[in-house]
Amino acid sequence: MKKDLSLIRKDFPILASGEVIYFDNAATCQRPRQVLDAIEDFYTTHNANPLRGLYAWSVQATDAYENARHRVARWLNAREDAEIIFVRNTTEAINLVAYSYALSTLKEGDEIVLSVSEHHSNLLPWQMAAQAKGAKLRFLEPDDDGRITEEMLKEAIGERTRIVALAQVSNVLGTALPIREAAGLAHEAGAVLLVDGAQGLPHMHTDVQEINCDFYAFSGHKLPGPMGIGVLYAKRELLEKMPPFLRGGEMIEYVKRDSATYAELPHRFEAGTVNAADAVGLAAALDYVEALGYEAIEEQEAKVVHIILEGLRAIPEVQVYGAPEAEDHHGIVTFNIAGCHPHDVASVLDEEGIAIRAGHHCAQPLMEYLQERYGMEFRATARASVAFYNTEEEARRFVEAVGKVRGWLGFGA
Amino acid sequence: MELKELYREIVNEHNLHPDHRGMLPRASCTRDGVNPSCGDDIKLSLVFDDNGILTDGAFDGSGCAISQAATDMMLELVIGKSREEALELADAFMDMIRGNATEEQLEMLEESAALEGIAHMPARVKCATLAWRTLKEMLTEAE
Repeated sequence: MKKDLSLIRKDFPILASGEVIYFDNAATCQRPRQVLDAIEDFYTTHNANPLRGLYAWSVQATDAYENARHRVARWLNAREDAEIIFVRNTTEAINLVAYSYALSTLKEGDEIVLSVSEHHSNLLPWQMAAQAKGAKLRFLEPDDDGRITEEMLKEAIGERTRIVALAQVSNVLGTALPIREAAGLAHEAGAVLLVDGAQGLPHMHTDVQEINCDFYAFSGHKLPGPMGIGVLYAKRELLEKMPPFLRGGEMIEYVKRDSATYAELPHRFEAGTVNAADAVGLAAALDYVEALGYEAIEEQEAKVVHIILEGLRAIPEVQVYGAPEAEDHHGIVTFNIAGCHPHDVASVLDEEGIAIRAGHHCAQPLMEYLQERYGMEFRATARASVAFYNTEEEARRFVEAVGKVRGWLGFGA
Repeated sequence: MELKELYREIVNEHNLHPDHRGMLPRASCTRDGVNPSCGDDIKLSLVFDDNGILTDGAFDGSGCAISQAATDMMLELVIGKSREEALELADAFMDMIRGNATEEQLEMLEESAALEGIAHMPARVKCATLAWRTLKEMLTEAE
């Protein structure tokens, strides 16, 4: 890494004590001081309601907000800033597309293609749209390496397909999905592709023009930006035709008693007072990631994941899901320990100062699928997810603790 | 008590070697209890005699160690009790998990009182109370 790892950890106040091994980064990661400072600076030097100010602070707040948008647009390589809509999080971004784009374009008999491994946030909005318009959902199922292949896409995407909605990286298996291939196939079929980037952007360089996706959604808080700010990227030609999602302040041009005209892009899709401070915090998070570089981030995360994978696979009672190689885990290792419910596993590890996630990971259909495929005892898994600030030493301590879990839970006693 | 100690002393034994696991063919009533967010899933079956005494009970299902052990301990405690006594115990258990049980209530709960510490673990409260919630529903519905 450009910076020494111990120096990086100094940037994160919450990690300073070193008492907690934080392995729940896929749920939300920790913020560096630089991000916290940027938010504080916004509130302490030019806080005002952006986008309508006739005085200096409001103009400065507007500039800060629009500069953050520009930062995001450059980060994703969008064609223009107007293709970047600020929302609360990935969930809201996908709902925006489902309520606005899908409800206004879908017809009876149309198909939406998605993976059974999608997070509920990339499933429930499509269930809603499909039910409302008489459309059908078609599901791709990952293979034994946790992968969705181009062949599976070719089989599922056809002339009835109107929307393809896929995660860039599965939040449970950690595998990357073939989104470039999905874009090509979707466009051939006359469909659009939405990519849920929540687990992708924190780990890999992403260029929306190169992927050629039509929509791309991500959350700031997994990056390491603030909670409550997320982004929807959408191609201008699609946004132009989409009706507003939320209506109210800041998204209008003229309002009469019975009608209204709407603001230009992107503000048409940002009703109400915007979350300018956290947009500024998100821009600071991107600065932070840029200074580290994705190459270094991927390298460090793969190193730590490699130790976890090797260690867990050496324990006979542990089953690990997903790809064989560390590089296709994107920080995520999902596993089960024979006889042990994942909630018990997480609880006893918590007492060791290790924070992991356990349960269905907002992916119940995937849990059902894994249970049928692998005969899992419980419809749940444990998940350790690492970020660039996690160390090899933490990985070793984690593996050692997992090795003791069955003993703690009374097996072999 | 620390959590690992709690597992070692009480929970593991009831989870791995339960006394009351199974189904009763002549049950007076059965009911499913589910924690959808955790996947804990139990089926309780109870037998009452003509005097309203809970003469037998059993459970089946799967879930985390705390949910399964709490169910086994609950049955150990309520079998042989009247409807009213069982309800009183259920209220005592709920009070304990909310952190405001009296000494008397804790004594009444016998081994189940070992789960008192769950009151400080919000994420596991639902696991500990699943059986007692289900039992209470069965007792009040049957009235």
